[in-house]
Amino acid sequence: MSYKIEEQKVFNSGHSACPGCSEALALRFILNTLGSDTIAVVPPSCIAIISGPQPLSSMRIPVYQTTLEASAASAAGIKRALVSKGNHHTSVVAIAGDGGTYDIGFQALSGAAERGEDIIYICLDNEGYMNTGSQKSSATPSLAYTTSTPAGKLTPKKNVAEIMAAHKIPYMATATTGYPDDLARKVARAKEIKGGLRFIVVLTPCIDGWGIADKAGPRTSRLAVESGVFPLYEVENGENYTLNHGPSGISVADYVSGQKRFRHLSVGEVDLIQKEVDRNWERLEVKFCSEA
Amino acid sequence: MSAAVNRLLLSGNHAVSYAVKLARPNVIPVYPITPQTPILERITEFQSDGELAAEVITMESEHSAMAAAITASLTGVRVFTATASQGLLLMHEMLHYAAGARAPIVMANVNRTLGSPWGFWPDQTDSLAQRDCGWIQYYCENGQESHDTTLQAFRVAEEVLLPAMVIHEAFYVSHAMEAIELVSQEQVDRYLPPFDPPHRLDPRIGESWGNTVSQIMFQNHRRDMSEAMDRALEAAKLADRQLQRLVGRGHGIMERYRCEGAEFVIATMGSMTGTARDAVDELREEGLPVGLLKIKLFRPFPLEDVREALAGIPKVMVLDRNFSPGLGGILFQELKAALYGMDGAPQIHGYLAGVGGTNISPAAIKEMVCSAMTEKPTANSVWKG
Repeated sequence: MSYKIEEQKVFNSGHSACPGCSEALALRFILNTLGSDTIAVVPPSCIAIISGPQPLSSMRIPVYQTTLEASAASAAGIKRALVSKGNHHTSVVAIAGDGGTYDIGFQALSGAAERGEDIIYICLDNEGYMNTGSQKSSATPSLAYTTSTPAGKLTPKKNVAEIMAAHKIPYMATATTGYPDDLARKVARAKEIKGGLRFIVVLTPCIDGWGIADKAGPRTSRLAVESGVFPLYEVENGENYTLNHGPSGISVADYVSGQKRFRHLSVGEVDLIQKEVDRNWERLEVKFCSEA
Repeated sequence: MSAAVNRLLLSGNHAVSYAVKLARPNVIPVYPITPQTPILERITEFQSDGELAAEVITMESEHSAMAAAITASLTGVRVFTATASQGLLLMHEMLHYAAGARAPIVMANVNRTLGSPWGFWPDQTDSLAQRDCGWIQYYCENGQESHDTTLQAFRVAEEVLLPAMVIHEAFYVSHAMEAIELVSQEQVDRYLPPFDPPHRLDPRIGESWGNTVSQIMFQNHRRDMSEAMDRALEAAKLADRQLQRLVGRGHGIMERYRCEGAEFVIATMGSMTGTARDAVDELREEGLPVGLLKIKLFRPFPLEDVREALAGIPKVMVLDRNFSPGLGGILFQELKAALYGMDGAPQIHGYLAGVGGTNISPAAIKEMVCSAMTEKPTANSVWKG
């Protein structure tokens, strides 16, 4: 499915992201799709740095930088204030990292989802606390090296997509910068739907934290999708599952081979990850089947 | 509307809820906690009955409640919330954030003991532990004062762009019923103009808040807050005088009670003031020259006013229903600091009285006065009660 990507220059060049950063790329698609009638909330994260030090800003919209736990609550406060003033048109978007979403910010996110806050919440998931030097988050996948899991993470990645879908929010989607038109279409859909929290988790490979080449972000994220590690799909109201891009015969070994964070793995350990990915896909695939 | 119609039998907490309704806030993010809950309950009743047109957000935590309060305020609307004790502590991070963002939120805090162990009684340590967060702090003696002060707090906070806490104590004030004179809606509408700040989160304006800053920019932000606190002192005095002109009732930012010719002054904050006032009356009847100083505005601290009030008084006795481990009573320490270096500064006795909500009777206060009169003060606080 193709989708025309807007280039309204809501996000500017000349920002402070690392060369090749997937988050900066994601931000370009997200902000240009949301347009200028938007207020963004950003917790401490790489996005907070990319946003720029005061008085500079890489975004041509108001950006409020909140505390690490509070993205969803902060976004809700803005939206409710706008509504109280009769403004029902301005989009309010929280753009947080995986630490600020899966971990410390999860309570506020879950609360806002349950209350049906009319906000968009986007998690830029680079699978770790990359802004503080590549420590483990609960989004870090099994056996991946981080500076706080030097022997590899012993537990699997938290499945935030399914947890958020289980809140029965009007819209939940997974996306990645390797499929920009899919990402932009999903942001447009999230903007269009009203009356509840819309959640998109965007896989954004981290050049430094994952140990990949500057130009390898989009390719790595495509391999994540094609290997079944990170299928792209949408869920409306917690029930209607739509698959956009699923596994296409690429092995997990092909996905992890280009990433330094997995280079300590034995063949057997890669096989363990393959089995975990296969099981996750089998569980998910049924949901698409039942819909069809 | 006649004065009789405006007189209701209310708890201290409901006295606050009525003031909130009259102030017409747009957004109220709030979380329940004992003994604050009646404030929240009455506000949600007002809203569901159509008497209060506010976005009431029943949050999943106090931390989130304050987070939403800050952004709603920065979006340019009037915001109220309420909490107590552990809830206030959970907000601590966001309290700094609110003041730094210059968000003029008004919050009621009901003083309650802090765990552990668990307790539900009046103790001011929860809010005094937030004294360095950059919030204006009012300590109210009774429900009437809380009602009037809530309205004043909106006016002062929005004038100087700092958040303000209106504080009263658990149960002794929060749940005690009194006849409360409500300010009328028409009077409040005259007293409190709509909040419409030029700087706000608005795509048409494009201003942002909270990015990283340089050292000098950070220092300048803090210096601006300091100047705002200085202005808050004058604004609080004016807001009290103006409300007094409107409704014939004022409370001041501090109160000197029977201090004429006093040689001994009891200083305290909150509900114990009422008890101390009775003790002063009895001691005066017994011929002892005793007066009372009630500190109502604790931040900004009315330094010059306190120095003037206590100049020439030989002895002061501070009653603290709070406790800073390792130092003692917080008001005791603040008063000593305020009077340091003053010519003829009084001797100060610091008594930890009523910590944990223990009851302090007028008779107990009289006993303390009598012993303090004959004793030398110690540098540390002394446990009483």
